[in-house]
Order: sequence, then structure tokens, then C-alpha cells
Amino acid sequence: MSELQRITHVTGRPIPLRGNDIDTDRIIPARYMKAVTFEGMGQYAFYDARFDADGHSKGHVMDDPRFEAKGPRVALVNKNFGCGSSREHAPQALHRWGIKAIVGESFADIFFGNCVALGIPCVTASEADMLYLMLAVEEDPAHDLTVDLQGMQVTYRDKVYPITLPAGVRSQLLEGTWDATRTLLQVQQQVRQTAARLPYVSGFRR
Amino acid sequence: MGKSLLDKVWEAHAVRELPSGQTQLFIGLHLVHEVTSPQAFQMMREQNLSVPFPDRTFATVDHIIPTDTRQRPYADTQAEGMMSAIEHNCREFGIRFFDASSGHQGIVHVLGPELGLTQPGMTVACGDSHTSTHGALGAVAFGIGTSQVRDVLATQCLAIQRPKVRRIDVDGALRAGVYAKDVTLHIIRRLGVKGGVGYAYEYAGTVLERMTMEERMTVCNMSIEGGARLGYVNPDATTFKYLRGREFAPSAEHFDSAVIWWASMVSDADAPYHDVVRFDGAEIAPTVTWGINPGQAIGVDERIPAPESFPADEREVAEDAYEYMDFKPGRAIRGTRIDVAFIGSCTNGRLSDLREAAKVARRGHVAPHVKALVVPGSQAVAHAAEAEGLHEIFIAAGFEWRLPGCSMCLAMNPDKLVGREVCASSSNRNFKGRQGSPSGRTLLMSPAMVAAAALEGAVVDVREMLK
Repeated sequence: MSELQRITHVTGRPIPLRGNDIDTDRIIPARYMKAVTFEGMGQYAFYDARFDADGHSKGHVMDDPRFEAKGPRVALVNKNFGCGSSREHAPQALHRWGIKAIVGESFADIFFGNCVALGIPCVTASEADMLYLMLAVEEDPAHDLTVDLQGMQVTYRDKVYPITLPAGVRSQLLEGTWDATRTLLQVQQQVRQTAARLPYVSGFRR
Repeated sequence: MGKSLLDKVWEAHAVRELPSGQTQLFIGLHLVHEVTSPQAFQMMREQNLSVPFPDRTFATVDHIIPTDTRQRPYADTQAEGMMSAIEHNCREFGIRFFDASSGHQGIVHVLGPELGLTQPGMTVACGDSHTSTHGALGAVAFGIGTSQVRDVLATQCLAIQRPKVRRIDVDGALRAGVYAKDVTLHIIRRLGVKGGVGYAYEYAGTVLERMTMEERMTVCNMSIEGGARLGYVNPDATTFKYLRGREFAPSAEHFDSAVIWWASMVSDADAPYHDVVRFDGAEIAPTVTWGINPGQAIGVDERIPAPESFPADEREVAEDAYEYMDFKPGRAIRGTRIDVAFIGSCTNGRLSDLREAAKVARRGHVAPHVKALVVPGSQAVAHAAEAEGLHEIFIAAGFEWRLPGCSMCLAMNPDKLVGREVCASSSNRNFKGRQGSPSGRTLLMSPAMVAAAALEGAVVDVREMLK
């Protein structure tokens, strides 16, 4: 099992991905999921929004030279980001493209949980702050943004925005226990006892 | 204060409360398919994990399987790779696999209920968002990602937050020509695609009480399209009758004790709900989507709404939809020319769906410019439909009768839209590019409405065709 990795903050160049209700089919079209590994998923992130049928760039923000940067990236999103299909390929593609944290107005449930399992904090800011933050980034994108999970704030160009994250998820990220397998394996005896109490597990024979 | 079914199932399956505030929840039934599992099995190997409850996981192949031929190897080498991987993974980890030779292969959410694997009061998880379907039997069933598939394989548990519960009452009675699909599209239209985030939907009211199990599955299936990770209907006599005699249901000898336990899991009359929403079944019309998410839906007699009619946070998505669909506000949805008709999917690929579609199909012939596909949800559905001669009705009317799978719902197999084609579809998602063409367009509707559109070559009101 992997080493515990504590995530206290993420610093990187921001990338605004505007729009409400962006579904995971858009984040990674199904035709790119026909692989038995997640490797290489990064190149297909938002593929159909970025490229036309001949593979030419449509000038999407992810390919805009103004927003080009090396190192970790922080995505800025609006409401209900990641709705639809449960495909973990979506956060995997974003992660492999470079996105290590997401700041947005709200997230779809399954997508949010999938991100936690990969150690990608999805933090929430107010609608007004997201509006301001996206405009600030679009105006001048060439600065690092910091998502601080200890101070629960985002900082961009000396301006500070408060963020929220469910307390439990925050502690998992801060303590490095976001990969749940290790935690779930701690109480195997209790799991067997729970199973034994459920009458269907024995086909109602007891 | 009483408890809801969600409360009771949650408490019965809680191994412990985690410091994170989540519950370590025992998963009674884990369903696996070929697309979201190979990486999970690989993680199991890399982390040297084994499967403690192999008999609580069942696998099948549905997403990538071709529907025209089952000849191996598949023409698509990536699909063949995924198929080989699930065969190998199931053998290595001792998991029962319903492949095409088993007679049980099908869409994972069709075969769970039909085999009696899904039962009331169970927790059900699967690496697929439409796992909410299984809630129709009174199970707490939800979709998970691949890392969580690994967690269930390795521990039979998930670390998960308990949702709030919203009761949705649909009272009164549905009018003729209005189906379960219209009920769910109507609910999503009214509550929005993000209205259910953080919630479990408990569906109730006379309309749900009168529904067959398959109709309840259609409604629960699309809970996730309204943002709710799970949806359920309290089990009742309809549920128990449906389960009796199914292959993996409790045996006749133990069935009565099963019913007693199942009935004990039903929501109490004084159960607490976060909120209650009511709909009048009589107000629901045959419903069709016009946009790029399932909430962008209107009655077949309505016109595409104007941008001003949307709340501020939905206006931009509406503008995006007008452009993508090339539909102008104010235009009638009825009369919209279609190129493809697709009947199938985990939403509407069951026997009763095919029967309703066949009732329409027998009245005419598919329009010359339309390609029409009927894809049964499982081998059992195909077999039962063929025993009734439904396939002959479809074939005589010009539909293609295909082999079971997910097919054109998400187009991971060769069944895809081409270019800007418009598809009348009985599936669940009208997202951009969903049906395999990055610029393809989807109109969601009931299977009967799809059949009617196939004959007419355009969107029509099925109620008129059934007169």
C-alpha cells in the first residue's frame, strides 16, 4: 500500500474551466475509456471541447498560450462540475493533465468522491468570489494560485478568498488518509460481524 | 420519530463511523463491468490485496460488447482487450462472470434485478452511475468510481457520507400514453440536474405504488440525472412478487422470512425527511429533451423555452444548448426530424419497454431516412421478447433487432451516431457527444415515443398514434 501523502496546500497556475453542469462525458469522452489503464488519459481531457474532428485545436483555454504553464495546475469551475457518469477516468484525466486541485461553486457527488480517492481537493467558494477569481485569472493568468487547506482559503495575487470543504474530507487530506483502503481494512473482524447480522448474507437460512 | 428506509439500511450496514464523519458501510451486492474495473483489479495486484467476499460480487460485460455479432476476437482491438481483461480478472479473483455464453449476459442494471441478485434492504454498489436503478427494489444502491471498486473488492466496504433524504410524491394517475420515463424526465425538469446533489430520492405516491417493478427501475435509474446519487421505492407486494422464484432470490423455503425482514426495512409513517416534493401525475405529458442535459425537457406539445424563462444559473447552459442542438427558442419540439431511433439501455431496455414500443411499431414502418435499433437489455430480455414474437414485429417494421448491451446509450461499441445526426433515444443522457459523435444530438423520450418517432421520421405525440 502507498505511503501516506498529506495534502496541506496546492500551489500552481490556475486554469478557468467555465460553465455550469459540465458532465464527465465532456471531461473525457467515452471512446477514450477503452483502455485497461489510466495512463495516457491526460491527453484526452476535454478532448471534444478542445479539438475538432481533424484534431485541430479549437482554441480552448487549456490550449491557450496565455494559460500555458508547467507544474501543478488548479482548475476553477462553476456549479455542479463533474455531473453524470461515475467514470473515475474524468478526475484521472484532469489529474494527469496536471490539475491537482479544483476550486468551484459546487461539485457532483460521485465526481467529488472520486477526486478525494485520488487526493485532489475540490473546494467550494461563493458564486461572487468565483466570478471575481475567474475574472482576475483571465485578466492576468501568469501567477501561482494557492489552495490552503489549513487556513481554508485560496490566495491569488495577494487577494484571499474563503473556501469550504466538509470537515471529514479536509481531515483525510490533511492527515493523508484520503485513500480509504487502508482505513477500511483496519476492522476486518467487525466487517465479518456486520455481514453475519444481515440475514440476506446467509440467504435467510438462519 | 420513525426512520426512513435509507436510515434503516444505513444503520444495518454500518460497520463503524469513521473519524472523517463518513460511514464504513458494508456492501451487500457489488456488480462489476468491463469498463470501470480493470484498473481496480490492477490496483488489487499492485497492493497485494485479496477479495474477502468473492460471492458478493458478480460481473458481466455490457458497455463495449458489439450488438451485431459475438464473434471473438472483436473487430475493435481495444474492446477485445477489455473483454480479455475482465475474463482474466474474474478468474484470478474468483468472481462469477456472466459472459455471452452464460445466457445471463446483459446490462448490469438489467440483470441484477432480473436474476434476483438485487433485493430490498441491501446496499448495492457498482462502478456505474446508473446503479441507482436497483433502488426500485428498495435497495440503497449507488454508483462509485474505480478506486472505490477496488475498495469494495478488497474490503466489501466503502467510506461514504450518508445522504439527506428527499421524498418525492407523485400522486394521482398517469394519463394514457404517459410512461415511467416521462415521470422521471418531468421530475428532473422541475427539480433540475443539480437539485438532488447530496440527496437520496425516496419516490412515493399513488403513481409509484401502481407502477410495475420495471417502471420503478426506469424512475430510479435516472435519479443520478437529477443529481441524486441514489433513489429508491419502498418495497411492497409488487416487489416481493417480482422477486419470488428468481434465480438468486431467497428459496421458497426461506422466502417468507425474507419478506418479513424486507417489510421491516420500509420507511416508517413518521420517518423524517429533509423535505417533501409533490407532483400530480395527471399533469405529466409525454416528455422530450431538447437540450444537452436531461433537465432541458418539455412536454411534446410545448415549445423550446426562451432564455429569459431560465433562472440565471441555467441560462448559459440553455444558450449553449440552442447552439449545439441548432434549435431556436420558441420552436416546437414536435416535428423535429430524426435520423436515428434507439430503443434500449439500462433505463428502458426491459421487456415491458419493448412491448410498449412494439405496440407502436406494429402500426407502420420505419421512415426511409431513419436507422432504427432495438437493443434488448439482457439475454433474458431478448429471449422473452423473442418468445412473444416482439422481434418479428420490430423487424417487419424496419427496426434492427440486436444483441444485448449498452450500445448507443454511450456508444463505446460500434453503435454510434455520425456527424450531426439527431437520435430519438430511450436512454438517459443527452450530453454533448454522448452517443458517439462529438457533434451528435440526442432527444430523450420514452420507448413508445421513440418507436413513434421512428415511424414518422420526426418527433410526434405517441398519444395520437395510439388513438
